[in-house]
Amino acid sequence: MDTLIDIRGVTHAYQTKHGPLPVLDGLNLSVPEGEFCAVVGPSGCGKSTLTRLVAGLMKPDRGEVFLHGEKVTSPRKTVGMAFQNPVLLEWRSILENVMLPLEIVAPSMARADKVARAEHLLEMVGLKGFENKRPSELSGGMRQRASLCRSIVHKPQVLIMDEPFGALDNFTREDLWQTMRDLRAAEPFTAVLITHDLRESVFLGDQVVVLSGRPARTQYVLDVDLPGDRSIDILYEPKAVDMLHLLRDQIRIAQGRDEGVH
Amino acid sequence: MDWKKIATPLLSVVAFLALWEFIVWINNWPNYVMASPSDLPAAYEKYWKLFLIDSWQTLWRTVAGLALAVVFGTFLGMVMGFSKTARDALYPLLVGFNAIPKATLVPVLSLLFIGAHDFNTVLMAFLISFFPIAVSVGIGLSTLEPEYRDILGALGASKLTIFRKIALPKTLPEFFGALKVSVTLAFIGTNLVEIISPHGKGLGSLFQSGATNGDYPLMFAVLIALAFLGIVLYYAVVALEKVFAGWAERPAS
Repeated sequence: MDTLIDIRGVTHAYQTKHGPLPVLDGLNLSVPEGEFCAVVGPSGCGKSTLTRLVAGLMKPDRGEVFLHGEKVTSPRKTVGMAFQNPVLLEWRSILENVMLPLEIVAPSMARADKVARAEHLLEMVGLKGFENKRPSELSGGMRQRASLCRSIVHKPQVLIMDEPFGALDNFTREDLWQTMRDLRAAEPFTAVLITHDLRESVFLGDQVVVLSGRPARTQYVLDVDLPGDRSIDILYEPKAVDMLHLLRDQIRIAQGRDEGVH
Repeated sequence: MDWKKIATPLLSVVAFLALWEFIVWINNWPNYVMASPSDLPAAYEKYWKLFLIDSWQTLWRTVAGLALAVVFGTFLGMVMGFSKTARDALYPLLVGFNAIPKATLVPVLSLLFIGAHDFNTVLMAFLISFFPIAVSVGIGLSTLEPEYRDILGALGASKLTIFRKIALPKTLPEFFGALKVSVTLAFIGTNLVEIISPHGKGLGSLFQSGATNGDYPLMFAVLIALAFLGIVLYYAVVALEKVFAGWAERPAS
């Protein structure tokens, strides 16, 4: 498979009052087309910076980000983004929220087609019947489902998610993992998922990338050798448990380096 | 129940008038000390034509000033919301200007634009009322969470599109909050000019003529008319808010 996302030697620092704060240090990452890449690492290691770089919302100090071999220098319409906060627009209905990216990406698309596409996605994530509700009328998990629909409504090549399930309770989170798995089977995107949850990374990922403590570089890449059609139960099987242990050790190493800096 | 929504404020107004009447009656104040509500109908009856004409004068000039304040205040708020440099540069000027008692500006304006009474009055209504709008729009825009920008920014949407589709509607509740303050301020600005720099137009000048002639019931009748107009303007803003920012209202718990 072709490499879709290719991050080469990306180094970045933020300018703060106390001088430059390096967050990424020669980070390399490559994600083949159609793959699901989960990125884990200690808190504050620059994972969110990574999402903004891939989305073209920021330029790295050094190094390059390529999508399909093209250097990313600015935002592009072929990217979808989801955040921990669902950031739905209160003044729009759920349906209109989901349709929002189409207004930018495909302004000439017929409204009926936009509605059909949004309704189709909402039905897939179990929000049929909630199209005309306001975001404030939905639970946190439902809002995040709608937010996911919005992030893929324009059929992006790349879906970038920054801890989209981080604020949800455990059971809701597991429900959403399965929704994500189903969406992935139905939609053609390549995904980068930033997460703090190792179980989530193993359940959803084709590969799990462990970042080192700040400034982050790629510390370890795990190929998740599990069947594509996974159920939550698979997380309790020896193979997955071994992976979780391995990741846990890697995180400990990453944190150790972080402690050394402070 | 809907009737309760109307009856409650109505009853409180009636209670207030009754209390006023009672206090005047128990103190046995004559008309030239303090008029009582029962004196007012006579004043309205006598001057009803003047009340209609002058109310209209006060009203349109207030609304014109407020409209200017909305346009200018929103523009200023946008500039301050999007540029930190502009914010740093404009804030002291704005705060300083806002601190000046506007009554002191009346003679300045009447000298600057001699004879242009309507213009002066509208200008004052505008000057006194744009500040809350500028500040609230500025704060609303500058505190927009970055994710809101990123939803569309990540798709390459222009700053203007992000403003139109996200920042502007998201700021509407704050904007209307400020507009409720501004509408009263604009009203005060109009009357300030009408009273300090009388030129025979508006409720303010009617009040002045009452004061000159020692017609106390007329003066109080004007005050009540002013209060009434103020209420009408305020609820007009509330109605607009319901239409444009009703989504921000949460059901009462």
